[in-house]
Amino acid sequence: MSKEIPPKLFSLEALRKGDRSEFARLVETYSPMIYRLGLKMLDNTQDVEDMLQETFIKTFRHLSDFDGRSSLSTWLYRIATNEALMTLRRKRPDTISFDEPLADEAEPQEPLQIVDWCCMPEEELMSAEGRAYLDKAVASLPASLRVVFLLRDIEGLSTRESAEVLNLSEMAVKTRLSRARLQLRETLSTYYGEQQLG
Amino acid sequence: MIHQENCRYLLDSLSDYIDGTLGDELCTELERHLSDCENCQVVIDTLKKTIYLYKVTAGSPEVPEDVRQRLYHRLDLDEFLSM
Repeated sequence: MSKEIPPKLFSLEALRKGDRSEFARLVETYSPMIYRLGLKMLDNTQDVEDMLQETFIKTFRHLSDFDGRSSLSTWLYRIATNEALMTLRRKRPDTISFDEPLADEAEPQEPLQIVDWCCMPEEELMSAEGRAYLDKAVASLPASLRVVFLLRDIEGLSTRESAEVLNLSEMAVKTRLSRARLQLRETLSTYYGEQQLG
Repeated sequence: MIHQENCRYLLDSLSDYIDGTLGDELCTELERHLSDCENCQVVIDTLKKTIYLYKVTAGSPEVPEDVRQRLYHRLDLDEFLSM
């Protein structure tokens, strides 16, 4: 379920007219989510800050074009993910667009790690080292899978909203989310399996 | 490693199953399979735990104050910083 702030809280009319107070409220409300998304998508805090600023500069410039068919948050996430993609491409020009089909999209990913680490104490699973490993595992996902996982499981967008943000079909969002989750499970199973033996 | 063909077939359903969006028929088939496939049970338990860990460690998003100040300044919104 989406954590969308009800659109009625913002006056689209005021935003479109350039009301700075209303725009400041929009920035205050949505900047934390956009910043968190940036931190998980990009590996450099300066890039994250630039992405955050560019997202709201473009939002302000294009508010008059916002037709209200999607929610404000979906639209903001769309601008933010495009900014993140452009930053990734500056560093790695071979980064593919999020809406391009993946070469192995139809290939099921077979689990290799059958280690039951569910019963490990939570303080071990979520230790400082464990948390750092969780971040490392997400960072190791291909960007096209990572962005789907972040929108769905961290930002709480629905499948439909994520599809709108990324210009993908709902089926593609589901497939990529499944791939991302299974890859993360695989990576964490290797790590926690070793911790258990430890 | 999962060897049975049925395990591979049901693999792509696990994510929808966890989200509660799997169709009734596949859901029944998957639950029947899970009841006598220990490996798949481990996969689904650790998959659920993986998602859980990310959700609980995500916490409430926050923008560091210095980043927030520079953002407001760049947007020419300094007068609203005390909101």
